[in-house]
Amino acid sequence: MGKRILELDNVHSYYGHIHALKGISLYVEEGEIVTMIGANGAGKSTTLRTISGLLHPREGTVKLEGEDITHTDPHLIVYKGVGHVPEGRGIFPKLTVRENLEMGAFTITDPNKIQQRLEWVFELFPRLKERLDQYGGTLSGGEQQMLAIGRGLMQHPRILMLDEPSMGLAPVLVELIFDIIQKLNKEGVTILLVEQNAHMALSIAHRGYVLQTGNIVLTDSAEKLKKNEMVQKTYLGIE
Amino acid sequence: MQRFLKSIQLRELLRPLGQMIAFSLGSSAVLSLIIIILALILDQTAVGASTMARFKVSLFSYTIVNLPQVLIDGLTLGFVYAAIALGYTMVYGVLEFINFAHSEIFAIGAFVGVEILIALKGREILSTEMSVGNAYWWLILALLAGMAAAGLAAVVVERLAYRPLRGAPRLVPLISAIGVSFFLQDAIRLIESITTGQFHRIIPTFGNFDQRLTFGSMPLGAGSISLGVQIKSLIVIIAAVVMLIGLNYLVNATKVGKAIRAVAQDRATASLMGIDVNHIIALTFLIGGMLGGAAGVLYALKFTRIDPFVGFFPGLKAFTAAVLGGIGNLTGALLGGIVLGLLETFAGTFMSIFTMGAAGAEYKDIFAFSILILVLIFRPHGLMGENVGQKA
Repeated sequence: MGKRILELDNVHSYYGHIHALKGISLYVEEGEIVTMIGANGAGKSTTLRTISGLLHPREGTVKLEGEDITHTDPHLIVYKGVGHVPEGRGIFPKLTVRENLEMGAFTITDPNKIQQRLEWVFELFPRLKERLDQYGGTLSGGEQQMLAIGRGLMQHPRILMLDEPSMGLAPVLVELIFDIIQKLNKEGVTILLVEQNAHMALSIAHRGYVLQTGNIVLTDSAEKLKKNEMVQKTYLGIE
Repeated sequence: MQRFLKSIQLRELLRPLGQMIAFSLGSSAVLSLIIIILALILDQTAVGASTMARFKVSLFSYTIVNLPQVLIDGLTLGFVYAAIALGYTMVYGVLEFINFAHSEIFAIGAFVGVEILIALKGREILSTEMSVGNAYWWLILALLAGMAAAGLAAVVVERLAYRPLRGAPRLVPLISAIGVSFFLQDAIRLIESITTGQFHRIIPTFGNFDQRLTFGSMPLGAGSISLGVQIKSLIVIIAAVVMLIGLNYLVNATKVGKAIRAVAQDRATASLMGIDVNHIIALTFLIGGMLGGAAGVLYALKFTRIDPFVGFFPGLKAFTAAVLGGIGNLTGALLGGIVLGLLETFAGTFMSIFTMGAAGAEYKDIFAFSILILVLIFRPHGLMGENVGQKA
């Protein structure tokens, strides 16, 4: 595979006095799907928040293609090509679907490009086109997730970070969302995927990290992780 | 596609205009109806007899004859309140805190506008005989200067007194705002007494603003009462309407406006869209401050005399208007301002007549603040708000 797009080195993050990340080191190469699995509170979302600048680590470095972005403001990190679809989707409830998507393209000034992206997102999620003038808050959970991913794609990130895209969705929709993640990856988008649904995540990822209480306890290719005894027992429910 | 875009934008210009007309007519009609019914009832009592003795007409016809003038004055005041209320409601929408220093931002606008006009008058540039066109240009200049100064002051206040407290418990910036409010009041007083030695400032007379356009008269007893509107009242209404439409367009139809709404709804996610949240918050204060400053100059034009504490009551009433409409809701601020301005003017005009002089116009504020208490008790989310914490 290619060069490392994203690299975290010994990152320690805190919420107030709570030591949430205790020395996370990981990397993502161009063109990969990398997944982070782990229980609630293991630090998966915190890792994503630290990468996108919503949270600045006290120790360690975050590098984007070799450039240090550890203390960069979140909106500037977006301009550098990091897309983050946050936990709980973060739909703007009182903006229409169209406006939500336009906000996704906030960094883009060329209206033709925005239009192209819009068409692309509609191709992936035809449902959004039907809901264009509806408020984001009135969509169903599945539609909101589509909107959140679609909005993340509007900015055309080089690396897209997805936080629990399957949460609260019907199994059919989970399949659809994961199909689309794979499709995006084939179109050249690098993906960092946080999931509780370890089975689905490992089935589409190239590599994975296993987090426990703010530490990375295991990392390997997705194939090998699936066969790992600990992963099978703890996250895949296989005795 | 181009034509399609244009039609959307036109809609965003017409919608607020329609709302303003609907709100004005609606609240005028409701309040007029209440007053007329009251007049009809009281006409049968000693109040009617007393009116008959004083004006030689029935209370009912006295009320009807006075109504048009009250409505015009009420709307003028209402639009001033609406322009100030928007400053409160915008900041609340984005930061969920009440910027109590906004009334002093209003006062800064009023002082800068008035001082410029006084200086111009001192250099004999302004006079009552000057051409009407020039008078308007100078007034617009004073208005723009007041807006610029107030907008700038609001941004500086945000940067120095609120931003360092971001993330602190919600009571903390509120207390800071009250402190800033006192500080600015006394700062204005200090500057005014050092530079002019005066406490009160009076807007100079120039142009034709004090003229009254009359459109007929109505018979009242033996004589008649003329119906008319002062040119300055028209200026206040027109300027406020233009600004409110402009603001509405900015917030609803431009990229920056959508970013403001996005920040109001979810600050963290907005920053993940590439929106510079601090920048948008500063911009919100700038816009709110500019509206407040313009309202200050218009207020000075309408009521002629200002002092360093001039912002206090209009500010408090505009805050009431914002709460009445549903704080955080832009349309609500507009409605609240119009309702409150009308209510206050109605109370000021009719209270002394209806109580046979026992309670005069000086008690009109009771109505404004009773509204505040009643709304907070019975409908804390206001007329237009959907629930507490709902953003525009």
